[in-house]
Amino acid sequence: MHDASSPAIETVGLRKAYGDKRAVDGIDLAVRRGSIYGLLGPNGAGKTTTVRMLATLVRPDGGSARVLGQDVVAEADAVRRRISLTGQFASVDEDLSGTENLVLLGRLLGYRRREARARSEELLAAFGLSEAAGKPVKDFSGGMRRRLDIAASLVVTPELLFLDEPTTGLDPRSRNQVWDIIRLLVRNGTTVLLTTQYLEEADQLADRIAVIDHGRVIAEGPSAELKASVGTGVLHVRLAEPADADRAAAILATRCGDGVLRDGDPRRLSVQLADPALATAALADLAAVGVALTDFSLGQPSLDEVFFALTGHPAEAAGDGQPEAPE
Amino acid sequence: MTDSSDRLVTGADLARVLAPARRPSPPGGLANVLTFGWRALLKVKHMPEQLFDVIVTPVMFTVMFTYLFGGALAGSPDAYIQFLLPGILAQTVSFTTIYTGFTLNSDIGKGVFDRFRSIPIWRPAPVVGAMAGDTVRYTISSLIVLVIGFVLGFRPEAGAVGIVGALILLNLFGVGMSWIFVVLAMIVRTPSVVMTMSWLVLMPLTFASNIYVDPATMPGWLQAFVAVNPVALLVTAIRELMSGTATASAILAALIGPAVVTAICAPIAMALYARRR
Repeated sequence: MHDASSPAIETVGLRKAYGDKRAVDGIDLAVRRGSIYGLLGPNGAGKTTTVRMLATLVRPDGGSARVLGQDVVAEADAVRRRISLTGQFASVDEDLSGTENLVLLGRLLGYRRREARARSEELLAAFGLSEAAGKPVKDFSGGMRRRLDIAASLVVTPELLFLDEPTTGLDPRSRNQVWDIIRLLVRNGTTVLLTTQYLEEADQLADRIAVIDHGRVIAEGPSAELKASVGTGVLHVRLAEPADADRAAAILATRCGDGVLRDGDPRRLSVQLADPALATAALADLAAVGVALTDFSLGQPSLDEVFFALTGHPAEAAGDGQPEAPE
Repeated sequence: MTDSSDRLVTGADLARVLAPARRPSPPGGLANVLTFGWRALLKVKHMPEQLFDVIVTPVMFTVMFTYLFGGALAGSPDAYIQFLLPGILAQTVSFTTIYTGFTLNSDIGKGVFDRFRSIPIWRPAPVVGAMAGDTVRYTISSLIVLVIGFVLGFRPEAGAVGIVGALILLNLFGVGMSWIFVVLAMIVRTPSVVMTMSWLVLMPLTFASNIYVDPATMPGWLQAFVAVNPVALLVTAIRELMSGTATASAILAALIGPAVVTAICAPIAMALYARRR
């Protein structure tokens, strides 16, 4: 049933609807064991619902999903024994201390009291949380809470770890710590499926990325390929005169191709670059016809720009920052 | 609190904790329930103020009613407290049951229940364990009310036996009735709504009862309500236990309410809990 050669995750036509909203609308995934797989998409794209189905919390409406070779519906208990989930919102008990949280999980998973305590100390030490171990989690900083959350997922080392937006809301230093942890986990043989809204995060960590929009996979592949399809960078310009916007957009399109993106602010334009060298040429073109700029920058493509490149429309946040799964 | 240690997680540390150790064998359902009971006790330990919220009202009522109405209703405060205190015990435990729903609802709203649902444990354990832990809460709040009672002159004729009997009955009642609030906790969105709705249920049950006065002077329709009010039936049974005149029929009558509530609400609560949204 679950020989070691089966993929970590395999879904075919996975679907879930809430009322009229098709949260997940036919997702096919194949995740190799021992890899980091990124689900990239805006709020409300269906990432969380997908993870919750794979982690046996939500029953799919259609399609099939096998995790480590076992069916998430028919063999849910077997799946639960081999996975861990770190949800989008701290899945630790805020009223308890760090130690109590880990001992609680250790006891639930079958460690004796003494073993659970030893395991908790070992995990807290490894995650740099020994000093805060006795404090209630509600007094933890965001980064510490996230590390405890991940430690709680490792009380029994899982074969597959789900991380739902592991760094959303973290400061850059905490984010880097979480990234280090994820890389180390995978080096030690755990498979990781992570969801993120940040292209940079997916690019930094994931071996392969699936870009999700409106419950569908709109692009899938190794992160390098995916990034190449978006272009190597983006030129952002800010115009002195909003009236110049149409003229400037035309000039940028002539020089750099069709990937000109305009958002709500009429002064701001972005354009995808196949080659970073085009940036200087494009700026020179604008100067030559007298379009004045107050600011410009060259950057990594943002999620918006990835979406624009892949779909021709900007990413719309369906969920305005709220969790995807309705009550 | 800021993150004082600048130490990054190191590869060696993590490799050590990830080393495939002996995988513990999954514990049984009872062990899971006891672990969740322990968690409920930790909450009482960390947030004793929750307990005080529930106790302040009854204590206030006990003191106030004893001296305010004791003379008028029973001839003397001392005589009245013998009548009132068993009622206050029932009221206190009834109010305390709200917290079962309140804490469960806050749990569900946070991510921690997702984690419980994603690990291989006996599924109802988080709910049943929380209820088991709440018996400690019922016992503590009952004991506090009893102490106040003793200070004000409450002297149960049946002594320790009567008190122990009353505590057992109060716990059975509390656990049975709290299933209403468990169901509520699974349906309603926020803990404060659970709170408001629970008060709406409990106010008529505790005031339209025999807790404060003998219902003999109430109008007929109200007497009819008091006669079937589970809180009133509990009060009657506790008065009998405390005075050493307990009859099996009074105790059984006190248990009908919680039994019916459990029979109806427990399956509903479990179905709602197991629902994979």
